[in-house]
Amino acid sequence: MPDTFALESEDIRKTFGHFTALGGVTLSVRSGEFFTLFGRNGAGKTTFLKIAATLVRYTHGKLRIEGIDIREEPEKARRHIGFLSHNTYLYRDLTPIENLRFFSRLYGMPDSDERILSLLDRVGLRRRASDPVRAFSRGLHQRLGIARVMLHDPSVILLDEPYTGLDANAVDVLNQMLDEAAASGKTIILTTHDLEQGLRGASRAAIIDRGKIVFAAAAKDNAIREAYASYIRAGVTR
Amino acid sequence: MKAILAIIFKDIAVELRSKESISAMLMFGILVLVIFIFAVDPSVDRLLVAPGILWAAFSFAAILGLNRSLSMELDNDCLQGLLLAPIGRGELYAGKVSSNFAFMMIAEIIVLPVFVILNNLSFNVQFLKVVGIACLGTLGIASIGTILSTISANTRMKEVMLPVLQIPLTVPVVIAAVEATRVVLTNDPEEISSWLYILGGFTIVYLTVSYLVFEFAVEE
Repeated sequence: MPDTFALESEDIRKTFGHFTALGGVTLSVRSGEFFTLFGRNGAGKTTFLKIAATLVRYTHGKLRIEGIDIREEPEKARRHIGFLSHNTYLYRDLTPIENLRFFSRLYGMPDSDERILSLLDRVGLRRRASDPVRAFSRGLHQRLGIARVMLHDPSVILLDEPYTGLDANAVDVLNQMLDEAAASGKTIILTTHDLEQGLRGASRAAIIDRGKIVFAAAAKDNAIREAYASYIRAGVTR
Repeated sequence: MKAILAIIFKDIAVELRSKESISAMLMFGILVLVIFIFAVDPSVDRLLVAPGILWAAFSFAAILGLNRSLSMELDNDCLQGLLLAPIGRGELYAGKVSSNFAFMMIAEIIVLPVFVILNNLSFNVQFLKVVGIACLGTLGIASIGTILSTISANTRMKEVMLPVLQIPLTVPVVIAAVEATRVVLTNDPEEISSWLYILGGFTIVYLTVSYLVFEFAVEE
């Protein structure tokens, strides 16, 4: 049976004025794969994920999510995408339930209360379901962000530095949710500069530098560790 | 349509919790009215200057409301959350315009009686016409203001940039609204329809153009 790809990018380039953020990223991620993209700050990780999430327009190339061209049918592609960054995109004046209800309406999910409560249970926020989000710590914020991402049951989960600023409990919740998502066949694409967190559940990993993929290997392959170590050393001496 | 309603209800829920937008617009609108009323020479015919004062209060208060609407979406990058939803950018624009328009109208409907009292005018059926003009003028201001607040969100001087862009572009709407209000308040035999055509024309143009270009304004 031929491989199906959750994400296929062909020579994706992005420039901001004279600055080239992505210099031609060609990448295929199979359905159900847990893929980690490593890179230092400014390497192009976030730009690539934002392009894949249809938040940023690319300058050149082609990108498909679940076979859907994101430029031709962005709304259809967005149904398959869950995106979590260090910002959780939640309204601080609303409660978790109100936030999730709002997003479920945007995703056209009627009668979503049962799912919302079950998600709040899973991220350990059921008891705080009626508190305004502004009273939450960074860790609780991110837990609710995870619930928002999972709300519409996306098949492709894009995570941009999701561990930033999380305490140990929140990291456990995130890892547990990612393990469950991976076990249920969802595709996970994660960006980080933390090697251990990035390789924890990954099946494949790559390194991006100055807007280009410079190395890719299976996560279990020791070569990725060596390549990342020399990449970081090169950055220090650069 | 469901997405538009969801955005409107969300904005109402946020406003009910924070009470920042309408109260700021109200305070500012009333303050502008009071300052202008005391600044104008009492010997001047009030009905000639009152429409200008009223629309100065409405349009400056609108900028405050639009700024608040913008900051609500910028806080925690919520605008990106909206952009991730599987809805057209046009629907997103329509939702934001609708809630901005609703908040501005609520503030204006409260400011209007204050305007009547401060100018020693009497409440009569003419004021229903003024409310109608306010609806049309406010829709024009909200339609262009919503896209300008989104554009200014991507600039460094967000809150400063909005009035710099907004005031010149709303001049035609405000002038037409002032003149239409003057015709109503002074029972001028001059035909009001030409001002209403200008007001309606600009509102339709602003709504259509903003709806079409909104996706380019929100995406990086």
